Formats: sequence, C-alpha cells, structure tokens
Amino acid sequence: MTDPTTPTETLLAEDLHKRFGPIHAVQGVRLRLQAGEIYALVGPDGAGKTTLMRLLCGVLQPDRGRVSIMGYDILREADRAREHVGYLSQRFSLYEELTVIENLRFFAEVRGLSRQEWFPRSMEVLEFVGLAPFLHRRAGHLSGGMKQKLGLATALVHRPRVLLLDEPTNGVDPITRQEFWQLLLRLSQEEAITVLVTTPYMDEAVRAHTVGFMRGGRILMQGAPEALKTRFPYAVLQIRGRPLREWREHLLAQDWVHGALRFGDRIHVWVAPQQVKPAKKRVVRLARDLGLYLEKVREIPPQLEDVFLAQLHMEEAGNPAQGEKT
Amino acid sequence: MSTPQPVVIARDLTKRFGDFVAVDHVSFQVYEGEVVGYLGPNGSGKTTTIRMLLGLLLPSEGEARVLGYDVRTQAEAIRPRVGYMSQRFALYDELTVWENMTFYAGVYGVREGKRVEEVARALGLWRIRNLQARVLPTGWRQRLALATAVLHRPRLIFLDEPTSGVDPPTRRAFWDLIYQLVEQGITAFVTTHYMDEAEYCHRVGIMHQGRLLAMDAPSRLKEEALPGRVWDVWARPLLRALEALEAREDVLRAVLARDHIRILTRPEVHPRGLRRWMQGQGLQVARIQPGDPTLEDVFLALAGGGS
Repeated sequence: MTDPTTPTETLLAEDLHKRFGPIHAVQGVRLRLQAGEIYALVGPDGAGKTTLMRLLCGVLQPDRGRVSIMGYDILREADRAREHVGYLSQRFSLYEELTVIENLRFFAEVRGLSRQEWFPRSMEVLEFVGLAPFLHRRAGHLSGGMKQKLGLATALVHRPRVLLLDEPTNGVDPITRQEFWQLLLRLSQEEAITVLVTTPYMDEAVRAHTVGFMRGGRILMQGAPEALKTRFPYAVLQIRGRPLREWREHLLAQDWVHGALRFGDRIHVWVAPQQVKPAKKRVVRLARDLGLYLEKVREIPPQLEDVFLAQLHMEEAGNPAQGEKT
Repeated sequence: MSTPQPVVIARDLTKRFGDFVAVDHVSFQVYEGEVVGYLGPNGSGKTTTIRMLLGLLLPSEGEARVLGYDVRTQAEAIRPRVGYMSQRFALYDELTVWENMTFYAGVYGVREGKRVEEVARALGLWRIRNLQARVLPTGWRQRLALATAVLHRPRLIFLDEPTSGVDPPTRRAFWDLIYQLVEQGITAFVTTHYMDEAEYCHRVGIMHQGRLLAMDAPSRLKEEALPGRVWDVWARPLLRALEALEAREDVLRAVLARDHIRILTRPEVHPRGLRRWMQGQGLQVARIQPGDPTLEDVFLALAGGGS
C-alpha cells in the first residue's frame, strides 16, 4: 500500500526493521507525520526508541523498509533529506569550552550555512530559545535547562522541517520542561515544523498531538490522545477512601469491575460504560457493607495510562501487574 | 486503629553551603505506613534533605528526628534502620541477581539465610535470580535495587527517583510492589521531578529553591492549592489569543497546550465574560471549558513558573 505523499506529509516511515544480532530492535514501524504535528513516542529504555530515531535521521541503515523526509529518501537522497532534519540525541554534545554563539557557529558551519547566513540565523534561534542574553557564556557554565535549549538551538540552526528529539527533557525540572514544550508548540504553530519526541513519561506525552506507545521494537498503538481515549472500552470511576488496599481487593472481587489501579490517594476502577450509575451505587453499598471509608466516588475521563494498560492487558491476556517480561 | 506515629519529623530544617541556602526552614512529618513524595526541580534541595535525614549531612539549623533518633547525634542508629535506593543504584553488573542480593545482605549484616530468598520471591526476582544484572531491562534493575534496599527489614525507605527510564506499565508494576511493602509496615519517602511518579504518593511535598511550598494529598493539592481556576480555551489565531490572555491581569498563567491554551485565572473570572472580551479583541473563540487541574498546574502556580 503506497499512498502518494501529500504535500503536508513531512516524515514517512514504511515497515522499518532493524536487527542487532539476535535483537530485533525495530520491528515493522510505520509513521506518517504531517507538517506542524508533534508526535510523542512513549516507551521504556530498550524499547527501540533511539534505534528508530537513528533510522529516521539516516545514521543507521534499516534491514528493511524505508524513510523519507519531505519526499526525499533518507538513504538514496541523503543530502537533500538531511537538509530538512534536525536531530537532538539523548547525549547531545555541546562544546563546553566554547561559548553559546561559538557552538551555534560550529553547528551552522557543519550544516553548510554560509558566512552571511550563520550569524543572523543563529541570533534568530538564540532569541527564540531565550539564550540571546548569554551569547558569550561558555556552554559548560550553563544550567541544565539552558544547555537543553542550546541543544535545541543547534538542531534548529539550518531551518529543518522535521525535528527529532530523543528524550530531550530527561533530567530537567518541571518549569524548564514546561518552557521547553512551549518552544516546541510554537515551532509547530508558527513554522509548521514536525516534531518527533521520545519519552518514558506520560505527563510529557499528553502534550503532543499524537501519541505512540512503543515496546519491544513495535508501536503497539498510536493516535491523538482524545481518539485513543475513545477506544478505551470502559468508563473510569475515581474512588477516594480508606484503606485503599482493602478497597482494591474488594473491588477486584466484583464481577462488574474490569480493573482497579491504585494511585497514592485514590483508585481508578474500570467499569462498563453503561454501568456507571449502578456501579457508583454499588461502591457506596460496598463501603457500607464492609465498613470501608468512602470519601468520594466520581466518574473521570480515562487517562492515557488507563488506555495503554488496557491495551497491553488485551494483548498479553495476562496480568497487567506483572509488568514487563524478561 | 491506633494513631499512626510520625517516623520522620523535620522542624525548620536548613542547610547552607556558604551563601547558598540549599534547604530553607523545611518542616514536615511523615507518618508510619505513608508514601510521601518530594516533588521538585533539580537543585531544589531534595537530595540535600534526604542526606540530612540519613544523617550524612549536618543541618545548619533546625532539627530532624528519624525513627525517633536525632539526625545530629544519633546518625549511626538511623542508617541500619532505613533503606536507601539512590538514583544511580550501585548494582554489580557482572554478578547475578542472587549474588547482588547476597552481597548486600552481607553489607547490612543480614544473617537469616531465608531472608534473601524471601525478598527475591516477594519482589518477583526469584525466577530470574541466576541472570547477570547487566542483561536486565531498566525496570528489573530497579526492582533489584529496591530488593537490596529492603533486605535488612528497614522500617523506612528513601527512594530517589526510583522509576526513571521506564514506561507506564512498568512504573505501575514497580509501584504495586511499593504498596505491597507499605502494607507490610514500611514507610516510603520518594523524591521525583515527574508528575507521573508524584501521583502515586499519598502525600506530595512541593519543593522549590530550598523551600517546601505545600504538602498534601495529590487530589487535595489539585483542589485546594491553586490560587484560581483552570480553563482550556480553544481560539484562533492561537498565538494572538495567547498574547491577549497573557496580558490580562486576572489571568495568572497562560500556556500553549497541544491545540489550545490553558489558563489559570482568578476565581472571579467567568467564561462568558472572557469569551466576549476575546471576541472584542478580534479573536474567534470556539470553546472555553473548565480544565481538570493537574499536579503540574499546582507546581507551576506555587513555584511561580510558567511561560
């Protein structure tokens, strides 16, 4: 099935496979990203996220399948394709002894920007990420969040249409992360840049237009968060009460309960969507009959975590609490 | 049911390094059987707090008691009674799961032969006990690190960002283990800078620049710690709408969120009035709806961050 590339399609990956000896790191990945789309790939360490990123930017050659960027094949038309890709690897290296502007100049020249071009463009991206006041500070003397922004600036200096970011906010604090995402959302809004970002965290992924869940080299499900939630077959009741362990045990024993996830001060219970009202009553009755304290029960929209766990549950048809298999 | 006893009491706990105040008059209590999270950016004083509670670092001011012992004068009594899983947990890659566990059992002076097996079984490590640590995926390394931290039956464990690098199902599985330990009477104190992790705690403290800004149950923080209300606004053109909202005094925070704008407003702001005002600014407003506050909203509001 080869649909023609539409004009707004910026990144296309078809049936990508990559093996390293016995390890099938990437198994049949397909991606189709549009201009201005932010796509978050969620997966644990070892899921194949980084390998996939390397295949997408042409650093690694796939065993099978192909990648194109802005319609150019990443291997056969490598130069033209790479012109349009900015890649920020997980351990991106800045030159710590060089200043902010010297770092940008270096990356601009590597990307083939001319003398006339590099300075105005560098100033533009530094302005954008908020580092213009720190032009002459050595990269080694920047805070973690500022280094992250400088990394982003170096990946943007050649005006890519597609930005690949491998766990870009790993280890930064919530405020810096929020600022970093504001930058990504602006790039998407103002310049219709496509951003593919990997993360192991759901609180990060929900910011993207599209979310894909990757495990064992495969993308298990992908879609817009709202659309994924509509695929979730249950309604979610949030129960606050005490003691939560007993609550969970008793809930799991009920035939109308399809799942019960514990959080710090509450439980999320999965029930059939048409059963929300009777289920709430049953919860109240359970509290009374068993002498459990119930503070509040209310229906909440499913969280992406619920969706992901339910999907895994169905695929493994086992116990979700067992987690990853070795 | 007896009243839970505090296992950690910190009163005006302060640590200065020269002019820098790493921990600034922090006071809180952790009760037996609780999981308390400590949410904050890098450098906000989380690790310094833990190190003082472990008796590894002397407070500059204030006091703390851990399991009843004074951190200044009775540190030797604290360390054998608590467990510590650091972010960069020290596992021996070339040793097996079992060998790592027996090594730590030796370090902690655990003499019961059965204890290692008991922990290995309880944490699901028994069937992989003969695998080398190096081949374990991150989620299993974390379990092993947790196992080595509880071998000596501590009553209190300190976990420093315990589930970084794993996906939601694996994090869920790890936390189910923590809840299991808690049911056996262990108390857990967890630092993190991820909201995903903080949601798993009974109570969460919000740390910023050395100060503890709030500590309460996640649900309660979301309901009560915000100085206003959260709204999701769909409007075009998006960035112009963002600028317009940012400029309003009764909008405390405005940020881009996927395809819309998320705002925190003073409580008196009414969506109908806001919509009319935006339309008066030449913006097209599709929808304004109340947003479910997240821990991030709380964090950003309290820590004064934002765009």
